[in-house]
Amino acid sequence: MTTTIPTRTSYETVIGLEVHAQLLTGSKMFCGCAAAFGAAPNTQVCPICLGMPGVLPVVNKRAVEFAIRLGLAMHARIAASSRFARKNYFYPDLPKGYQISQYELPLCEGGWLDIAREATIERHARVEGWSKRIRLTRAHLEEDAGKNLHDMGNGASHVDLNRAGTPLLEIVSEPDLRSSDEAVAYLKALRELVVYLGICDGNMEEGSFRCDANVSIRPRGSERFETRVELKNINSFRYVKRAIEYEVERQIGVVEGGGRIVQETRLFDPQRGVSVAMRSKEAAHDYRYFPDPDLVPIAAPEAWIAEIRAALPELPEAKRARFVSEYGILPYDATVLTGSQALADYFEAAIRHGASPKTAANWIMSELLALLNAEGAEIAGREDSARSIDTGRPESALCRVTPKALAALFALVEAGTISGKMAKTVFEEMYKTGAEPNAVVAAKGLVQVSDVDALVAVIDQVIADSPKELAQYRSGKDKLFGFFVGQVMKRTEGKANPGKVNELLKARLSAPIA
Amino acid sequence: MTTDLWKLTIHEAHALLKTRSLSARELLDAVEARVAAVEGTIHAYLTFCREDARAQADAADRRLRSGEGVTPLTGIPIALKDNLCTTGVKTTCASKILEGFVPPYDATVVERLRAQGAVFVGKTNMDEFAMGSSTENSAFGGTKNPWDRARIPGGSSGGSAAAVAADECVAALGSDTGGSIRQPAACCGIVGLKPTYGRVSRYGLVAFASSLDQIGPLTKDVTDCAWMLNAIAGHDASDSTSADVPYSDFAAGLGRGVRGLRVGVPKEYFIPGMDRSVEEAVRAAIAALEREGAVPVEVSLPHTEYAVAVYYLLATAEASSNLARYDGIRYGHRAKDPADLFDLYARSRAEGFGPEVKRRIMLGTYALSSGYYDAYYAKAQRVRTLIAEDFRRAFEQVDVIATPTAPTPAFRFGEKTQDPLQMYLSDIFTISVNLAGVPALSMPCGFSPEGLPIGLQFIGKTFDEETVLRAAFAYERATSWRTTKPDLNPPL
Repeated sequence: MTTTIPTRTSYETVIGLEVHAQLLTGSKMFCGCAAAFGAAPNTQVCPICLGMPGVLPVVNKRAVEFAIRLGLAMHARIAASSRFARKNYFYPDLPKGYQISQYELPLCEGGWLDIAREATIERHARVEGWSKRIRLTRAHLEEDAGKNLHDMGNGASHVDLNRAGTPLLEIVSEPDLRSSDEAVAYLKALRELVVYLGICDGNMEEGSFRCDANVSIRPRGSERFETRVELKNINSFRYVKRAIEYEVERQIGVVEGGGRIVQETRLFDPQRGVSVAMRSKEAAHDYRYFPDPDLVPIAAPEAWIAEIRAALPELPEAKRARFVSEYGILPYDATVLTGSQALADYFEAAIRHGASPKTAANWIMSELLALLNAEGAEIAGREDSARSIDTGRPESALCRVTPKALAALFALVEAGTISGKMAKTVFEEMYKTGAEPNAVVAAKGLVQVSDVDALVAVIDQVIADSPKELAQYRSGKDKLFGFFVGQVMKRTEGKANPGKVNELLKARLSAPIA
Repeated sequence: MTTDLWKLTIHEAHALLKTRSLSARELLDAVEARVAAVEGTIHAYLTFCREDARAQADAADRRLRSGEGVTPLTGIPIALKDNLCTTGVKTTCASKILEGFVPPYDATVVERLRAQGAVFVGKTNMDEFAMGSSTENSAFGGTKNPWDRARIPGGSSGGSAAAVAADECVAALGSDTGGSIRQPAACCGIVGLKPTYGRVSRYGLVAFASSLDQIGPLTKDVTDCAWMLNAIAGHDASDSTSADVPYSDFAAGLGRGVRGLRVGVPKEYFIPGMDRSVEEAVRAAIAALEREGAVPVEVSLPHTEYAVAVYYLLATAEASSNLARYDGIRYGHRAKDPADLFDLYARSRAEGFGPEVKRRIMLGTYALSSGYYDAYYAKAQRVRTLIAEDFRRAFEQVDVIATPTAPTPAFRFGEKTQDPLQMYLSDIFTISVNLAGVPALSMPCGFSPEGLPIGLQFIGKTFDEETVLRAAFAYERATSWRTTKPDLNPPL
């Protein structure tokens, strides 16, 4: 071989994501049936979602409101009049033989979502240019299909139509993502947003937040869009990353092998970590979209949009910026702390109770989140209401350390009552039992020794007991200072105030023994 | 009691019921006796609801005795086209594909009639899925025209029209997508009204073409028509396309006359090749209205010639999608021993649908296909707008428009079945009305030399059924066509 083999880095990945977010409307998109997950098959159905003859759909107004919420949060244009269309195809889980979706006139168009740049996913990245803007193509409403159930043991296939007609918001990004990490970052930011907005529980495992990815590669530096492949069925952040990486490798392999990428739909198989071709463009359905004559255009009057806008919560993006400017914390920390509305509320509540923003940020991120993550729990709910947002994790435990108790713990450190190290012990106990920090300190006898006379007595004893070390120290071996600190801490069982120990020890070591 | 109680109109029967000179049960018995006598030669019905009907009549009598909850329709025997869903009563659309289907819900119109104490005699024959102009497309055999049993009753609401004309019910409901109430009403010499699109809820009407379908009454006279419209009209939250437009009693203004009323006569509706007796009868009707004080005005509806083409693109496109749900999966006909899913779909549908339905599904699928959508569906929508605009402009000059309902009286069985295009042209004068969404009524205005009824059509402004009914009532009062009944006694 005389030609140079292009490396992986000579290709750029181009990704656009289509997310289907199931809306928390309680009832279905076009009928009054419940849209809960996990009910016995075909128990949440009625003539309308069963596609019986003569029945008609009626738009769920709350679903429209939820879609507008997302549109406003993503800076999209909300269409004053948008239409539902029929997407026609036959499948047993599709009762009417068509899906009611939106085609020509979607409810939301344009807009964007800012995500953290790859580099700034590291903590101490520079403040400027820490985010990347991903453009939104459109967001539209549609109904979900049911589920076909195979291999039920009797050789037959069954259809469960509980999910048929549940409201979905399809959120389509522009092909602005350039790596699997960016795709995951976008997906996480979008999930965070829909949960903030209270329109979707963001649960990927149960399928209420699903993702399809359109992936292509091109030589680095090229501005052209090459043939894309659609990846379906990627239902966790991890799979999104793996599916995209597998697909990029596959495409590079095809191109380098002298082949051409075929426009097709591929299904990701997380068990085997590979994707398999579902259908090619030639075999693609002709969906024969046309405006649904059973539904009138959705009218979203200005006044209603304004009302929805006024009721929007502070969104992650704005909150992040405010945390940086108002509390002087790092953008990375602000990103972590605005990871959920509940976490952000917790942080701010601690500050209201007197905690310094930087201390609170450090503690929450390093200590609290570590413990929560270890047991798969999270901060759920706000200080003033137990669970205002369903996290979609019914088993997740509520954090037992209140923001007020956390602030009280910091106050003990600042007053010198306990050391930073002791505070960690106290905190672990608070996390386990929900006890107040003062009570833990008292129960464990953890009060710090700061009394000068008491400390001097211990220090003098240590010096007296270590004549060899003293001589070496005095002859210039400064490193032995740590030895003396260690001895003092050991004899005080760690209760000595370290600052005071340092100060007194320095003085005693340099002064002649009386 | 006379023996021909079955001849009564709604308003005549109501007067007797209210004064308790007649019981609902007696009226039903009379209608059932009439059915027993003539149904064998007419075949207007697909299903009878005898037991339910008796229970409904008895319930109506209890209302009438107590005087509580009595409405103009309490105790009135009514026939329902078999594309209107009825709880617990099979609804076939005259198609084998709906084999065994019994809806667990009422159409909104059925629910409204039920609430008013109406009595449902049965479900009437029709062209399969309302696709046709002769009722010959029924999977369960044709219906005969009471005026000449060698002829079709019109369609697709041929069963409802024949049942009313043969006095096998007091009144009926039908549906009209391109003339399916008015053309059979004309063929059978009765009154049929297609209300403004949105005036009557479509919920529970098995869809043919959703943007064109509208339910309406078929009655023995204009007063009954107004009474029936009163009973079924009005906004329904279950149908997003039903209009929230207020209305008062449609019967209240019937007798106001037509003095000064400007009656438009569109030149495009008097065409070469139309039956001479039809043209003469309609022109005579306009002259009669003039004698009553109306002012005929020639108007133009210039896009009329495109209506049939536009209709057969849009109606079939919508139908191709509306009929996709008949897939053999959840209800209706399912092919035996399918090899795979595709085979299940293909054979269930091939076995279940008749030839005209298949033809229209194919036409509509083609019109919506990628690459053809703009040339067919999208263009047809634009022309539809022009047709609606024609009417809007004409109604700046006139209050109501008068035309023939159909170019010929009822034709013979088999006369047009071999030539779908000829069959489609039966609706040439009725189709534009559906495309424009305006209301229109057909009523008898004379007879052909063979003694077949001829239909006169009044077309009104959007949501102005009142003027349509007023003009029709004035004409009915000034003439005596309705007193001539088909001779079915004794049945042949």
